[in-house]
Amino acid sequence: MSTALKPKHQRLALVVLALVVLVGAALLAAWGLRGQASYFYVPSDIASDPPEAGRAVRLGGMVQEGSIKTMPDGVTVAFIVGDGEATVPVRYTGITPDLFVEGSGVVADGRLAPDGTFVADSLLAKHDENYMPRELEDMSKAQAKAVVAETE
Amino acid sequence: MIAEAGLALLWFAAALALLQLFAGAMSLGRLADGDFAGIVRPAAIIQGPLVGLSFLMLVWLFLRTDLSVLLVAANSHSAKPFIFKLAGTWGNHEGSMLLWVTVMALSGSFVALVERRLPERTMIATLAAQAFVSLGFYAFLLFSSNPFERLPRPVPEGNGLNPLLQDIGLAFHPPTLYIGYVGLSVAFSFAVGALLTREVGPAFARAMRPWVLGSWIFLTVGITAGSYWAYYELGWGGWWFWDPVENASLMPWLAATALLHSASVLVSRDALRTWTLMLGVVAFSMSMVGTFLVRSGILTSVHAFAVDPERGSFILALLAIYIGGALALFGARASTVSEGKQFSLVSREAGLVFNNVALSAILGIVLLGTLYPLLTEAFDTKVSVGPPYFNPVGAIFAIPMIVVMAIGPLLRWRRDSFGRITKILVLPAVLTALVLAGAAVLVPGIGILPLLGLGLSLGLGIGSLLPLVGRDLRRTPLPTWGMVVGHFGLAVALFGMASESAFSTEKLVAAKAGDTVTVGPWSVELAGVEPVAGPNWTALEANMIARYQGGAPITLHPQSRNFTQPPMTTSESALSTRWNGQLYAVLGEQGLDGRWQLRLWWKPFVPLIWLGGFLIALGGALALVGRVMGDVRRGAQRRRIEMRRENNPLPGAVPEPAE
Repeated sequence: MSTALKPKHQRLALVVLALVVLVGAALLAAWGLRGQASYFYVPSDIASDPPEAGRAVRLGGMVQEGSIKTMPDGVTVAFIVGDGEATVPVRYTGITPDLFVEGSGVVADGRLAPDGTFVADSLLAKHDENYMPRELEDMSKAQAKAVVAETE
Repeated sequence: MIAEAGLALLWFAAALALLQLFAGAMSLGRLADGDFAGIVRPAAIIQGPLVGLSFLMLVWLFLRTDLSVLLVAANSHSAKPFIFKLAGTWGNHEGSMLLWVTVMALSGSFVALVERRLPERTMIATLAAQAFVSLGFYAFLLFSSNPFERLPRPVPEGNGLNPLLQDIGLAFHPPTLYIGYVGLSVAFSFAVGALLTREVGPAFARAMRPWVLGSWIFLTVGITAGSYWAYYELGWGGWWFWDPVENASLMPWLAATALLHSASVLVSRDALRTWTLMLGVVAFSMSMVGTFLVRSGILTSVHAFAVDPERGSFILALLAIYIGGALALFGARASTVSEGKQFSLVSREAGLVFNNVALSAILGIVLLGTLYPLLTEAFDTKVSVGPPYFNPVGAIFAIPMIVVMAIGPLLRWRRDSFGRITKILVLPAVLTALVLAGAAVLVPGIGILPLLGLGLSLGLGIGSLLPLVGRDLRRTPLPTWGMVVGHFGLAVALFGMASESAFSTEKLVAAKAGDTVTVGPWSVELAGVEPVAGPNWTALEANMIARYQGGAPITLHPQSRNFTQPPMTTSESALSTRWNGQLYAVLGEQGLDGRWQLRLWWKPFVPLIWLGGFLIALGGALALVGRVMGDVRRGAQRRRIEMRRENNPLPGAVPEPAE
């Protein structure tokens, strides 16, 4: 097949192929990214417009004082995440991050169970004293203070 | 005095870079006679030692823990082990920028010292471009990140180094990546130099190739080591997270891989001229985009450190100047670079073009996914992009690329036929299909990507060895060995990745001393938990006795480590490696009832991921050694011919030594 093509046409075929693949990549990427929007929730988002149960979402907020409880199996923890306006109960099975403490920010990947509990697959707490998950930076200081005041 | 001397050396080196740029531009624009051209090389050569010495002075300040220097006080502590005092030099923003500039200046010296193959004008243009790039980084260092800044009065004790960074793997991980990034700046300068003088041909590609190969080797090692570090140090059992910081190192690697292959085509067949130039610009641009993402704090990452918005803007400005400038030059000049040689649609060249297009597509996908959260944030929508995007979308292009990788090296240059190679490929194709079918039946519920990964790794493993069939192995050139080892390494790594995601088993329990946990073929007994102390930390250490299928006992000691300066807790996982996989143990917290949280994984063949990475780098190293030896030999031969010609002038042309 290729022997029939003139060199100039071969080059053109390669350029067209390259363009098709690159445009295809861009379209695929756009399609893949479309599903990533409306992924991050804070508790008041969940209260006003909850994601359907079972869809993978990310929840961010403050761990309420006095809310962390370890279940009898020794590896499941239940706690409450709030943003000063609403709260969501969270359940997580696993070893909690080293800086996972009450009154501190947390980001949880997981899904909402039918009973309204957020079941987390992974927890991201403050990485060190300088690090804060990006999603939590915008929660206003007032909100954070309200959470602390409310739970003290 | 040492700090002041280090700073003075930097200023001096920056002044030389300015001189190098000025002299280069003057002689290129023919504004002055040849005397200016004579300054360019020496200016480049002297910079390396100057900046190197300045870097050694910073190392010295860190080793002595000189607490009158702001950077040392902020990032070091007198009680730190020697090796981490050393690594602390580059474990922070200012120090790592100084390391960056040091590597850049030393590369510049080296290019100026040894590169004699390019036409002199192209060489001057290249060195001027290198000076232009260096100047931006000197300015960044001197105006916004001075590593030698003094404190008004010395402090009694330093701040310490982030404990996560106090790990031997991470101590040498950033410099390895930096050498890779900066090596690509040399490739960039070569591309800009060639664009300025329009000298794009095999000689240009041959001069640039060792730099691309060298950077690519360092990037490969750096990424592999970084992945292993994240795997054992962060205690989450994962080896790749699609974190922006990881992507920042993957993107230049993808571009450099494409560049490496297109430069080979340019050297051997004088084709893909403009494409190679374009990749030369893109590869370094990706290094800078990565640096920007990591340093600016614009994207948060689980392991981004030393972030500062002001520095982000500085890097963004550099990025705009260099990438924008190079792309504008490319746009203006690309059409005047004459076309290279032709090739057929079924040929080694076409295979390499396909590989280049697929790599570019994957690069685009990773870049878009990494920047997407930034773009949406401009419209106040927060998104997180993770594995559900990168894995399937990337695989769509990675899978055909791997198929072509198995076939491409068997194709002949210029023109080939499918008929000839299908005969060779029947056996690996059938074997792969059989294994795929077998795995799909024997392992119920295996995901489509792990299944394809297993099949492709076998096909590529066999395919990559086929170029050696029928050759005299002792006379096979080193670069051919390099290609075979590198491609085989990818097959090995791919097998490890597919196996890890298909066959890993996990157990999470709360156990008291004396309890036994089973995970996969292992039974693990928790013998007890004891406090232990290290040089600058204390820890709780579990004593575990693990048996593989009831065999000989192996002890494991995972720790939960407490650092006091700065205060922080880290998990030190314990690993037991067998030929067929790795047992991974993490110690969690103690519950109120006295039981300890334990997390155990059995990950079959997981070490192959990193073994494969090092094989890929080894392949690059073999190719580099082969190329450099070849160049040296050819140079000696050329000199002999020239000498003979001078001593014994004969009519007629002397044939050029063959490639």
